[in-house]
Amino acid sequence: MLLKTQKGLKLTFEHLNMDMLRVVNLGVRVDSKKILEHVNLYLQKGQTYALFGPNGSGKSSLLMTIIGNPAFKVFDGRIMFKGKDITNLPTDERVKMGMAMSFQNPPRVSGVKLIDVLRYCAKIGGYSERDILEFAEMLKMKDFLYRNVNVGFSGGEVKRSELLQLMLMNPDFVMLDEPDSGVDLDNVALIGDVINKLLERDKDEDERKRSGLIITHQGHILEYVDADYGVILYKGRIACIGNPYDILEQISKNGYEGCLKRCLREFRNLENQNSIQK
Amino acid sequence: MPKRVSKSRKPKLDSEVKEKLKSVGIEMTPETRSATFLLIDQDVKTISSFYKGVEILSIKDALEKYEWLQDYFWRAVSKDQDEYTREVEADYNGYFIRALPNAKIEFPVEACLYLRSPKKQKVHNLIIAEENSELNVISGCTSHPGVAGMHLGITEYYVKKNAKLTFTMIHSWEHKIEVRPRSVAVIEDNGIFISNYILMNPVKLVQMYPTAYLEGRNAKAVFSSIIVALENSIVDSGSRAVLKGENSSAEILSRTISKGGIVYAKGHIIGEAPNTKGHLECRGLMLSEKGVIHAIPELEAKYPNVDLSHEAAIGKIAEEEIFYLMSRGLSRDEATAAIIRGFMDVDIKGLPEYLKKEIDKAIEMVEKELF
Repeated sequence: MLLKTQKGLKLTFEHLNMDMLRVVNLGVRVDSKKILEHVNLYLQKGQTYALFGPNGSGKSSLLMTIIGNPAFKVFDGRIMFKGKDITNLPTDERVKMGMAMSFQNPPRVSGVKLIDVLRYCAKIGGYSERDILEFAEMLKMKDFLYRNVNVGFSGGEVKRSELLQLMLMNPDFVMLDEPDSGVDLDNVALIGDVINKLLERDKDEDERKRSGLIITHQGHILEYVDADYGVILYKGRIACIGNPYDILEQISKNGYEGCLKRCLREFRNLENQNSIQK
Repeated sequence: MPKRVSKSRKPKLDSEVKEKLKSVGIEMTPETRSATFLLIDQDVKTISSFYKGVEILSIKDALEKYEWLQDYFWRAVSKDQDEYTREVEADYNGYFIRALPNAKIEFPVEACLYLRSPKKQKVHNLIIAEENSELNVISGCTSHPGVAGMHLGITEYYVKKNAKLTFTMIHSWEHKIEVRPRSVAVIEDNGIFISNYILMNPVKLVQMYPTAYLEGRNAKAVFSSIIVALENSIVDSGSRAVLKGENSSAEILSRTISKGGIVYAKGHIIGEAPNTKGHLECRGLMLSEKGVIHAIPELEAKYPNVDLSHEAAIGKIAEEEIFYLMSRGLSRDEATAAIIRGFMDVDIKGLPEYLKKEIDKAIEMVEKELF
């Protein structure tokens, strides 16, 4: 029907262009242990998703697999990013296509200074040396530029350093693994502000082009960043998609089990709409 | 005080030699050096000083000129240490470098020992940093492409009261060269001796154990070495500090990379006097399934009031770190190179900026060997 008119054709392409990430029937193992199975997830342009799930449900594993950590082996399904199959691309290629991820516990790399890493990030994002300093100022990381990356950083400093790197990468698709854990109250608002900038939440809805996938165990960050959807990952599968604040409320009231029961009833349709045909 | 110790003899060098010299930090220009010395096999090819305050002579001329040098010659190193010292005693050439009292020589003195013909190069060098002086020496040792041979080098360093000597040695040899330096430093009250060593490129064998005797009160020694052992190379290298003066201290840092070669990374600190302090840090990185890194840190206390410590670690590049840098847009090779560069980046305190640049240049060349 839509293909009939010129206008309709345009609409169809607009629709296709809404694709940011499609995870199709994804199965992942680490060594011989299966940690994700039959995961289907569709993320749209301009939307931010909060990823919930109990400890060990596979949240970080899903992000690691999307960014291409070689320790996470895809044994089934595929990952499509901006319409391209990236399942077998090395991490740096994915990053050059516009995805970026902040780590929950990034490794300490002794001998490699934060400024060196920031310069690589700025190269990806098309930023200048001056921009590096400006962003560093904003994230209160100026004193850390010549320190070895993550070596002796406090929990909050690690998170600010990660966000600083992401800002400079100028990504279209941002994954954040627990961006607020270990951050003291004084800095949560700052972290929230930066994430909002990163995800263009400070812009009008129809101007937003970037997408976000945020792992949040406690959900604190959602007080500062308004997510569009909440997704629950449970036992290695996507169990529920819905309003993130409703989900958060259910989790805090009834725990994950209770939330999922309710979710099965209320959000089943939504999940069907969002997951794509295998 | 002589303004110019020796007349400049302009060397006629082919481009191949020049290229090799450059690779070990030898530039032969008064713009960046305070004096220059070039020994090819047993013959002095160039010798000139561009600054007053620094004296440079061939060791033979120096011994002739100064009778008092007999008190220094073969004092720190024993003639009878081994067959190699005996061999050098029988037939030698080399340099004498001296910073005059109170002279602060900003630019480094460069000294190059070049092995050109396939035989033994036997060298005996003497460096004196007189009281209150500051002296930097870059010693580049290299050999002609394709040459097989042996380099035997005795070096005696004397760091007088309140003097500071920084000695940076850059080695770049070939597959068929055997190298056996024998060097000892004697450091007086408040004297500082900083030794930096960089070994690049393949070598048949390097065997050495440079030693610092911290005789004076508050004397200080820092040894840093960056060693890359490629396939078929054997590197047996350590640094030793003997803390004899009250409050003397020493730091020994080594970074060792094996890409198929065998390395014995040794270190030995001996505390013999009150309030002495020593730290030894040995880190190794294995880049290939072939090769060996054998770290042997030794601490020896001969007095109760000493503070000696060491840490040694050998590993491979952490996959997690490579992946992290790749997630910032670096390719696998770039990430690996950045981590190796970081590994070799020993933070040497008190090193002048231009020397840091020389060392960085040398490290860059090492990187080329690793990929």
